[in-house]
Amino acid sequence: MSRTFLGMPTTAPKGVGHLRGAEPFPAAARRALSDAQLRRNLGHATATIRAKSGAVVAEVPDWEQLRAAGSAIKADAMARLPELLEQLEQRVTDAGGVVHWAADANEANAIVVDLVRATGSDRVIKVKSMVTQEIGLNEALEAAGIAPVETDLAELIVQLGEDRPSHILVPAIHRNRAEIREIFLRAMPGVDPGLTDEPAVLAAAARRFLRQTFLSTPVAVSGANFAVAETGTLAVVESEGNGRMCLTLPRTLITVMGVEKVVPTWRDLEVFLQLLPRASTGERMNPYTSMWTGVSPGDGPQEFHLVLLDNGRSAVLADEVGRQALHCIRCSACLNVCPVYERTGGHAYGSVYPGPIGAVLSPQLTGVADNASLPYASSLCGACYDACPVKINIPELLVHLRDQAPHPRGESAAMAAAAYAMDHPALYAAAQRATRLSRLTGRRGRGLPPPLSGWTADRDLPEPPAQTFRQWWASR
Amino acid sequence: MTTREIILARLRAALAPAPAPVEAPREYRRDAPVDLDRLVDRLTDYRAHVHRVAEPAVADTVAAILPAGATVVVPPALPPAWLPATVTARSDDDLDHTTIAAADGVITAAAVAIADTGTVILDGSPDQGRRVLSLLPDLHICVIRTAQVVANVPQALSRLTPHRPLTWISGPSATSDIELNRVEGVHGPRTLHLILLP
Ligand code: SF4
Repeated sequence: MSRTFLGMPTTAPKGVGHLRGAEPFPAAARRALSDAQLRRNLGHATATIRAKSGAVVAEVPDWEQLRAAGSAIKADAMARLPELLEQLEQRVTDAGGVVHWAADANEANAIVVDLVRATGSDRVIKVKSMVTQEIGLNEALEAAGIAPVETDLAELIVQLGEDRPSHILVPAIHRNRAEIREIFLRAMPGVDPGLTDEPAVLAAAARRFLRQTFLSTPVAVSGANFAVAETGTLAVVESEGNGRMCLTLPRTLITVMGVEKVVPTWRDLEVFLQLLPRASTGERMNPYTSMWTGVSPGDGPQEFHLVLLDNGRSAVLADEVGRQALHCIRCSACLNVCPVYERTGGHAYGSVYPGPIGAVLSPQLTGVADNASLPYASSLCGACYDACPVKINIPELLVHLRDQAPHPRGESAAMAAAAYAMDHPALYAAAQRATRLSRLTGRRGRGLPPPLSGWTADRDLPEPPAQTFRQWWASR
Repeated sequence: MTTREIILARLRAALAPAPAPVEAPREYRRDAPVDLDRLVDRLTDYRAHVHRVAEPAVADTVAAILPAGATVVVPPALPPAWLPATVTARSDDDLDHTTIAAADGVITAAAVAIADTGTVILDGSPDQGRRVLSLLPDLHICVIRTAQVVANVPQALSRLTPHRPLTWISGPSATSDIELNRVEGVHGPRTLHLILLP
């Protein structure tokens, strides 16, 4: 590659990380739609979180003012990204940290592997971070003979279950308590065979299992929710205390963050720390938030490395309409209100970023050609826009990306129609009735009537559940 | 070109022509009266235990929480008068992690508390100690004065020093990872007591 091109905005490379699914959305969604247990788990979980979040958002009289501020602060940060990153680098360095720059997933993985090797440890403890999943860091560490231990309960469930995350905030949202118990009994060394499926008992099992690992591992890897350019302060928002363990106990801390996580000033945190917990877990405040600036002598890690990652973000930034996807604070509210996500779950989106934000972020990070079906994985109902605490106009972005998607015409129209139908019970019910009818009359195939037939012409429609979508919708 | 220069060049190229500057509107609440009952309500909602007592009663309150003979770890400048004779206190003179983890509890002061969200914030001052101190024991007793309580998050940030290691605590350790219900007690202290002084 010539020097001129090196400095041009670039999408995330192929062959590393988890931004591209193995199959297009419709094929993956079809399988998910036929998994009744998955849909029950998702329906239950998203209904719970919508109710909780709705209640704590409603008690904030200035919610709209906070959203407006959050949106504008992020727009300001993106407009000044290069200078803010240089400022952040300076402040972190002044405070005793070391800043590394990684153009893509391969570079970031190599940096982290080298840093871990330098500690002499063959194990790292990890606090849940979307970005390290995005770059496939665990695979890179394993290939180098280093064992990554996920310490977030949901990540642990995913790791022990040899599964993939399906939600930004609750990666094991597709698992219910009985399934989690089975995974622990099968894969957690030393687990009490009398383990019940009480959530508190399951949590206590994770506490016992990880305690010694926390105390004996000299290096941790984290992501960051926010990085303050003005002060060099990093913030991690969490619930369980595994984040505090990782950020406090080891001698060496390595934090990997996408460049878009920077905010200009200390004061900006007052906006995001009000928006994030209420929009994400539906709490007034999450149990723990840790903030640190470089190294604090005598307290916590005495070696701190910050890895600043591009991996396609410069390409997103280059699109004037698309760049608002970089405002995302990963609260997952848009997933929880999305009728398509609720039906298909996160795996169908292929990328580590599922749901409405994934449908607009993943194709931009990889280039639309590599995730061409995702901009159609939506009904454009607008619920995501209303729920987003930083007011990302996801429907606008979807339409914008559809214009760029080199997608077979028939399929794109049909996918959009299918997604639309998922959001319009009467239409979906009619389609499902027609499907059942076609099965009863013994006709070949399980296709949908037009205009949805384009989607199903070359593939079977999911097995219609005993209960139609509409009955199920009404009974939630 | 170094990677650093490449990334910065990419981002500059992505932003050309330079976008118009953005001024964030800050019309959200900042000024608000402190409501102590709200703080207590929020903390109780998280299943933290709240005790409102006068300062001379702190030691008795601690004695009622911890069984006689319990061992606690404390930061170096914790007021000695807060410690009852019934417990053994180990002051943190660089205690190792195993010793801290083996303690029955930890007692600290705090820097700021937020009524709106039921949050206490520790900033590593000598009466609060290293972060590990309030992390490993299974029970945390935190003593806060009314003058340290603010109404909301913006007021809290303006009182904090960014360069200190900060820990925001809103209730005991919890998880929402199993069917999205909040369950208390994973890795941090599973029991949290707040002693609120006048
Ligand atoms: S797009 Fe908005 S609602 Fe969705 S995860 Fe990001 S911040 Fe939350």
